[in-house]
Amino acid sequence: MEVPVLKQGQFLIATVQAALTDEDLIQLRIALVERVVVARSRGVIIDVTSMDVMDSFASRTLREIAQMIRLRGAATVIVGIQPEVAFAMVQLGITLEGVVTALDLEEGLAYLNQAFKNDS
Amino acid sequence: MNESMRVLIASDQDIVTARQKGRTLASSLGFLATDATLIATAISELARNIVTYAKKGELSIRSVETRSQQGIMIVAKDEGPGIQNIESALRDGYSTSGSLGLGLPGVKRLMDEFEIVSVVGVGTTVTVKKWKN
Amino acid sequence: MARGNERQEKVSVHSIVRGAETSPEPIGVLLRELVAHLRENRTQLREEWARRITEAQLLTAMSKDEIFAEATAVYDQYVEALETGTFEALQAYARSLSERIIPRGVETHEVVGIVLLLRDVLARSLFAKYQADFTKLNRILDAYEPAANRIANTVAVGFVQERERVIRQQQEAIRELSTPVLQVRERLLILPIIGVIDSQRARQLTEQLLRGIRTNRAKVVVIDITGVAAMDATVANHLVQTVEASRLLGATVIVTGLSPEIAQTLVTIGVDLGKMNTVGDLQGGIEQAERLLGYKVIPIAATTYDESTKRV
Repeated sequence: MEVPVLKQGQFLIATVQAALTDEDLIQLRIALVERVVVARSRGVIIDVTSMDVMDSFASRTLREIAQMIRLRGAATVIVGIQPEVAFAMVQLGITLEGVVTALDLEEGLAYLNQAFKNDS
Repeated sequence: MNESMRVLIASDQDIVTARQKGRTLASSLGFLATDATLIATAISELARNIVTYAKKGELSIRSVETRSQQGIMIVAKDEGPGIQNIESALRDGYSTSGSLGLGLPGVKRLMDEFEIVSVVGVGTTVTVKKWKN
Repeated sequence: MARGNERQEKVSVHSIVRGAETSPEPIGVLLRELVAHLRENRTQLREEWARRITEAQLLTAMSKDEIFAEATAVYDQYVEALETGTFEALQAYARSLSERIIPRGVETHEVVGIVLLLRDVLARSLFAKYQADFTKLNRILDAYEPAANRIANTVAVGFVQERERVIRQQQEAIRELSTPVLQVRERLLILPIIGVIDSQRARQLTEQLLRGIRTNRAKVVVIDITGVAAMDATVANHLVQTVEASRLLGATVIVTGLSPEIAQTLVTIGVDLGKMNTVGDLQGGIEQAERLLGYKVIPIAATTYDESTKRV
């Protein structure tokens, strides 16, 4: 199942669905990295509101996405982690260290706008 | 109430199926949102281990009951290579492929009871339980 | 012993006299006889039981009528269980009875007491009925006792389990009340933690905080642990997990009220205090939170204060 990625100004927004397989996540990584270059985006928001489970593979892949996007000069923000999912993540021991997180889409955009206001 | 289900694990799609079914059963047994998520996450990790290390196996999810408690039990079974050093695998930070390894310490934290039997060359069975209270 | 021999003699006399009938009646037959007796004498046995309950000053929380009504129900369930040999109906009744009487303040010793009294009342009526036939009495008691004991056990255990469930619920409710997540400003939450923290409470705190962050769209959370009774490695771990989980929801956490001892515990379990945002006291924490949120912080005492004279 492909993850929809929309362009909003100079940012890309990827909205993840619930039944995301490992393969879907890998495809997302490839797609985002490519589109960041093509669209010359400064930032990517990955909205995981619908993700009901975040396990070690998902967490690792999201970190890889953030790293690869940073190498291409853009920032990544993960938004929409649900309270129950966050709780399970810390129990499992996965912290998404090094990845910027925000409450929701609105906060994610606010963060990116702020980051680039400071830049220029 | 004695509900149970078996999911054959052979692909990453099966991992998703297993955790969705697990969540559904957990909810129907009366587990609240947070616990249902912990259970689904544990299932995801166990199923993924099967796919990664044994290529295929099976997961059974069923309700369990004692005289004072109700809960859920998950058995992840495979006929894969088995784990050489179970003790190391159960220690945090242990890694076989530069990743988070088997994630077994994490699964142990998510659930209330954890049991593992693994024989090199024969296979691995992990049994976990979570109680409602 | 003389009596024992007497009994043995009676048996052999019986066998000689009765001839073919040498084997004792099967338990089933005995129980049926027993149940018939209990049904026949239902009225007076119930009344005697209710009387003895009042005499023993049990179930004082209930009126005489209520006691008699419940006594009737228990009696009938008792006989039913003896008759069918199954205890599901009795278990279900014990639970519903417990649900009714626990809010009235009835205690465990009272429930155990009344069930044992019923057992005694019925046993004595059996003694009275079969006193002429000592052998028969023994056989009836052999059939009656295990069943009666199991019934007493079922009712008592049912009551205790229900009581424990009620206590758990009450504790949960108290915990909910005593862990407020306070919104003091927009996007700022304060979680003062007071008292003893066990794993269950720590988890409840974390869940409430995370939900609060989402509901209030909080960007900063101040967790004040000044009032925490004892901080061991387990609780410290919970605190670290709460901070990490809050971050996943995009909130910054400031921990206040950290005593040197607690700081030591955190360091001992491997927490990098440099990564955790800590401030000495709650007021300081709130001020820092406001700064993070972009509020201008104006100190309360805008005038100068002379430390030596303690006067403004």
